[in-house]
Amino acid sequence: MDYNQGATMPFGNTHNQMKMNYSAEQEYPDLSKHNNHMAKVLTPAIYDRLRSKQTPSGFTLDDVIQTGVDNPGHPFIMTVGCVAGDEETYEVFKELLDPVIEDRHGGYKPSDKHKTDLNPDNLKGGDDLDPNYVLSSRVRTGRSIRGFCLPPHCSRGERRMVEKLSNEALDSLTGDLKGKYYALKNMTDAEQQQLIDDHFLFDKPVSPLLLASGMARDWPDARGIWHNDNKTFLVWVNEEDHLRVISMQKGGNMKEVFNRFCTGLTKIESLFKEKGHEFMWNEHLGYVLTCPSNLGTGLRAGVHMKLPNMSKHAKFEEVLKRLRLQKRGTGGVDTAAVGGVFDISNADRLGFSEVELVQMVVDGVKLLTEMEKRLEKGQSIDDLIPAQK
Amino acid sequence: MPFGNTHNNFKLNYSVDDEFPDLSKHNNHMAKVLTKELYGKMRDKQTPTGFTLDDVIQTGIDNPGHPFIMTVGCVAGDEESYEVFKDLLDPVISDRHGGYKPTDKHKTDLNFENLKGGDDLDPNYVLSSRVRTGRSIKGYALPPHNSRGERRAIEKLSIEALSSLDGEFKGKYYPLKSMTDAEQEQLISDHFLFDKPVSPLLTCAGMARDWPDGRGIWHNDNKTFLVWVNEEDHLRVISMQKGGNMREVFRRFCVGLQKIEEIFKKHNHGFMWNEHLGYILTCPSNLGTGLRGGVHVKLPKLSTHPKFEEILTRLRLQKRGTGGVDTASVGGVFDISNADRLGSSEVAQVQLVVDGVKLMVEMEKKLEKGEAIDSMIPAQK
Repeated sequence: MDYNQGATMPFGNTHNQMKMNYSAEQEYPDLSKHNNHMAKVLTPAIYDRLRSKQTPSGFTLDDVIQTGVDNPGHPFIMTVGCVAGDEETYEVFKELLDPVIEDRHGGYKPSDKHKTDLNPDNLKGGDDLDPNYVLSSRVRTGRSIRGFCLPPHCSRGERRMVEKLSNEALDSLTGDLKGKYYALKNMTDAEQQQLIDDHFLFDKPVSPLLLASGMARDWPDARGIWHNDNKTFLVWVNEEDHLRVISMQKGGNMKEVFNRFCTGLTKIESLFKEKGHEFMWNEHLGYVLTCPSNLGTGLRAGVHMKLPNMSKHAKFEEVLKRLRLQKRGTGGVDTAAVGGVFDISNADRLGFSEVELVQMVVDGVKLLTEMEKRLEKGQSIDDLIPAQK
Repeated sequence: MPFGNTHNNFKLNYSVDDEFPDLSKHNNHMAKVLTKELYGKMRDKQTPTGFTLDDVIQTGIDNPGHPFIMTVGCVAGDEESYEVFKDLLDPVISDRHGGYKPTDKHKTDLNFENLKGGDDLDPNYVLSSRVRTGRSIKGYALPPHNSRGERRAIEKLSIEALSSLDGEFKGKYYPLKSMTDAEQEQLISDHFLFDKPVSPLLTCAGMARDWPDGRGIWHNDNKTFLVWVNEEDHLRVISMQKGGNMREVFRRFCVGLQKIEEIFKKHNHGFMWNEHLGYILTCPSNLGTGLRGGVHVKLPKLSTHPKFEEILTRLRLQKRGTGGVDTASVGGVFDISNADRLGSSEVAQVQLVVDGVKLMVEMEKKLEKGEAIDSMIPAQK
């Protein structure tokens, strides 16, 4: 799809009009020191074929890949290295993004279909994770509002409209979900302190992965945090995605957390629909989000749990892998564990439903707790090592 | 927060009110000048290379500024930015450059022989002397906006030009992306190495994209003439040496610059220049000469004198710490340089530094002896 709208739109085919005067070879980025999904996939030939294209909103290949060019990556951590600027990015640049998606999401093919299941009744158990080990439970996802560009590319007008629509939807939530919106740009010091104490406040991104893609432009305009009075349901507006939705509480009742998550999300979605807006979704990619790593469910369900013995066991990594789980430190992605407490969550996003992913967490955490208890007693866990899920 | 995202085709579907940035907490030149009306007038315009108003102002939106330091808050993406967006940039220029009017003409004078004196600043006080400027190569977009192909072409041309220099200018190019550890160490010890910008003023304007591709440092064997390629401007040219012989530093500066310019002209890529704005650079603050001529000078007594700031203002000089812009002075040593860039020539600006530093050294000596300096306080230059 070539959108040469130079005749009708004031903006040209590529943002820098001069670059098409240079050959693909002259413009192709130097990825020799790079280790990210984009760099693995983007050949000079693909660059050549895609470099003159743009989405209807004007997002170009160079826009998609800039963050991956500017952030070569890490030998141990494979970052994605590309972002979407709108829903159509995943179509216009599929030649790059399909292989990236396949690589990132365990071989997910362009012809695969993704299943969405937000019916919490389908979750088995999950209300009895041992609170002596499981300190807190949390489920998060993202949502994009159809018809607006995504955070790397949206204009101030679009971003403000996303905020306005979100406010309208969230304001009409009731009961357990009733809450309040705190715009980042006119928060009082007291409100800010409270949000920090509650661990709710998000700040201007500092990660170069995010900055290099343009997500922090115009900060803090139209960014804000909404949470319910009970402080168990939280929505971030216009951070890395249009919406980030988080359900959380202390202890091990993941079932309740997931119930609230599904109920709240479904309610918000219907409120948007009433106003003629829906979430970006399709049957191949599921929910469409800014980062290809969050496609599908966009869901990360996890617990903070104490695993001082298990985490030192030689088979810890292997066990996690087989359970399709990942560990993080308690500060979130790219942080270290403190005091033997780990953030354990689902590794997958795409190709499994929400219920399936939360089920993996519930079942996996139960098993890890058993293993920890065994190790505490000096017993072996060999018979508990699971098969690959 | 680099570039490119401001070329969003949908934004014109939103009203000026919806798109106008919130500048209520901002203190920079762009925020002082940009009204909704101006925004409305220019928001659908672009330069021939596709640079838009939102590109020009993004850095000023993302960096509200500082109550004490007035940043510029806007950048050019190409030579034409200063024409297409003159309704914003002319007032910014006027505000930043002491009332410089759209009809004013700027004088270029790179004839070092027109400088009077400057070879005898007292080395007991003046530790080092330096002159720097920037140059943009005609026909290429500027660092906030150029593509990789353009940036590499600039690097290639620069290497050709610099490699052909000889005599005192004979030197070597060190590309950032293939520097050895040893080379890097040496460049750091020589205080030559520049690193990926961390200042959000620069990163928000898109200047750090694709780092370190196309970037490098060239210097002569004597380590007295240095060129930065593709940092904040296409070229930054620096002449420096220890001691107080500013005349020599300026001579080398002028001679080297002119040699480089000749070579670029031969390739049909001269420097961006016009008779109103002088040398065109990325930041409006560097228009005109783009020149900062300065010394590191010991002024432990004068710097604590109540009239220090006043004297500097009258001499049309500014002080910085020895780490450069926005650093503090250490051990009573200050970086003293010309405050002006546009509206006076290179020779005139370096003359101000030479004469001003001479006077301040005299004042320092007086204060050392416990004598008053009241009779020496200069009139406003």
